[in-house]
Amino acid sequence: MLIPCPHCGTRPVEEFTFLGDASVTRPTTNDPSSMEQWYDYVYLRNNPRGRFDEYAHHSGGCRSWLVVTRNTETHEVYGAVTARDYTRAKGARA
Amino acid sequence: MCKTKTLGAVIPPYHSVQDLRMRYNVFSLIKNSFSGHKNWQPAWREPQPKSEYDIVIVGGGGHGLATAYYLAKEHGLTNVAVLEKGWLGSGNIGRNTTIIRSNYMLPGNNPFYEWSMKLWENLEQDFNFNAMVSQRGVLNLCHTDAQRDAFARRGNAMRIDGVDAELLDREQVREMYPFFDFENARFPIKGGLLQRRGGTVRHDAVAWGYARGADSRGVDIIQRCEVTGIHIENGKVVGVDTNKGFIRCKKLGLATAGNSSETAAMAGLKLPVESHVLQAFVSEGLKPYIDGVVTFGAGHFYVSQSDKGGLVFGGDIDGYNSYARRGNLPMVEHVVEAGVAMIPSIARVRVLRSWGGIMDMSMDGSPIIDKTPIQNLYLNTGWCYGGFKATPASGWCFAHTIARDEPHKLNAAYRLDRFRTGHMLDEKGQGATPNLH
Ligand SMILES: Cc1cc2nc3c(=O)[nH]c(=O)nc-3n(C[C@H](O)[C@H](O)[C@H](O)COP(=O)(O)OP(=O)(O)OC[C@H]3O[C@@H](n4cnc5c(N)ncnc54)[C@H](O)[C@@H]3O)c2cc1C
Ligand SMILES: [Zn+2]
Repeated sequence: MLIPCPHCGTRPVEEFTFLGDASVTRPTTNDPSSMEQWYDYVYLRNNPRGRFDEYAHHSGGCRSWLVVTRNTETHEVYGAVTARDYTRAKGARA
Repeated sequence: MCKTKTLGAVIPPYHSVQDLRMRYNVFSLIKNSFSGHKNWQPAWREPQPKSEYDIVIVGGGGHGLATAYYLAKEHGLTNVAVLEKGWLGSGNIGRNTTIIRSNYMLPGNNPFYEWSMKLWENLEQDFNFNAMVSQRGVLNLCHTDAQRDAFARRGNAMRIDGVDAELLDREQVREMYPFFDFENARFPIKGGLLQRRGGTVRHDAVAWGYARGADSRGVDIIQRCEVTGIHIENGKVVGVDTNKGFIRCKKLGLATAGNSSETAAMAGLKLPVESHVLQAFVSEGLKPYIDGVVTFGAGHFYVSQSDKGGLVFGGDIDGYNSYARRGNLPMVEHVVEAGVAMIPSIARVRVLRSWGGIMDMSMDGSPIIDKTPIQNLYLNTGWCYGGFKATPASGWCFAHTIARDEPHKLNAAYRLDRFRTGHMLDEKGQGATPNLH
């Protein structure tokens, strides 16, 4: 797998550390009433087959956090943006 | 839709089915040798699905087949079908590195895995099939004082549960494997934790043995039958859609390993599971060299030698979500590097093949064998790196859970809701991450 880092260009997969689903939103409160949200956020996974947005840290490169869009069945990489751009775009969509 | 009553009459009585199968023993071997081995019967039938079963198990891997076997054998439930989307053994049961052990620490885990070990020890007699169960010993190496302390603690926990465990010092390990790199500058070998009753089992034979044993008791094993939907009425499972049509059932068990999220989603359940690819490798054949199973403690690498002489080895999951049954080269390199750090002499051995399987990685490294919020729907998943050794106990406990509609005490800790209630079974004490053992 080759990942197109927006800062470094196309780099091999071993330079990246993956952290799973980027589409989920971290709860914003610690209020006990938010326990269900936290449970869902920490433990449950959609775990899709196919198109998947995932966090990737370019730990062996520029060290920025990215969101890579990849196919979990074929390993085809569709693209990568910075995590900041991804979250902003998500905010704009919401 | 037919009712069970009419169907009940169609099911061949227990014995007439079993009589079709010949038992495997030295006499049947001699008898068949006279006819050039041309008259062996197929080990199981290839039935068409009936329109209704008492119990349907989704997934014809080790766990699904073992479940069907124990449902029939321990609970007398034979109006059962196992639906497998591929062929028998196409999943992880035919892709793993065949290691069995019961060297866990937590009270929720150890009795379960030790029960599995006891079932392994008698399995071949039980299902009359040669599974090549070989208790050649599993040795975990340690490389630091802290690691040795942790091994002492785990070994003691094992012995409290009646499991065999021996803490070896460096010289005892050297006696077993003199060619390891004991003086490695970064990862010197300081000793190891040995479970002599651990070892290896021929993985395909486990699937075949359970399949034959279940089939001979009347269970229908239906290959190339993919479940595509689950029907629920009033909070109760009533049947499944498949590529061979709708099949009605009173109870439904999911044992679909790496595909668990997908099958559970058909019933509206979201699981604490991620699917990841794990690779394994086999080398060219060598003369007898490594007679047990050994794991490296400073990186993830483990190895054993097959009866054909190939070194069978593996390491970590690739580290990204995947449904592809193949991994990438960086992990190949990583595993081989760890292997060479432990056994320098394997550096010039050629790798014959590599492959991958899709693992159901749970969020605390422990499995789930439980009822679900949906009535008559049962779940078996979350096996991470180590579901092969669990196959007998998993089938045994899942069969109990389905037949009695309640978990056995051996799988009581493997609850689906433990992540919500905070009763995780986290052997590593590491917190929620889908890369644990
Ligand atoms: C490379 C590798 C090495 C391993 N090494 C070890 C080891 O040394 N020791 C150990 O203890 N464990 C090991 N494991 C783990 C072990 O193999 C698995 O945990 C275990 O096999 C999973 O249970 P199973 O046999 O039932 O899974 P599988 O054999 O994967 O069975 C699940 C079945 O469900 C079927 N299925 C899925 N979806 C559907 C559907 N919708 N309809 C119908 N059927 C469906 C699949 O086709 C599959 O056959 C290893 C795994 C891998 C990949
Ligand atoms: Zn970069």
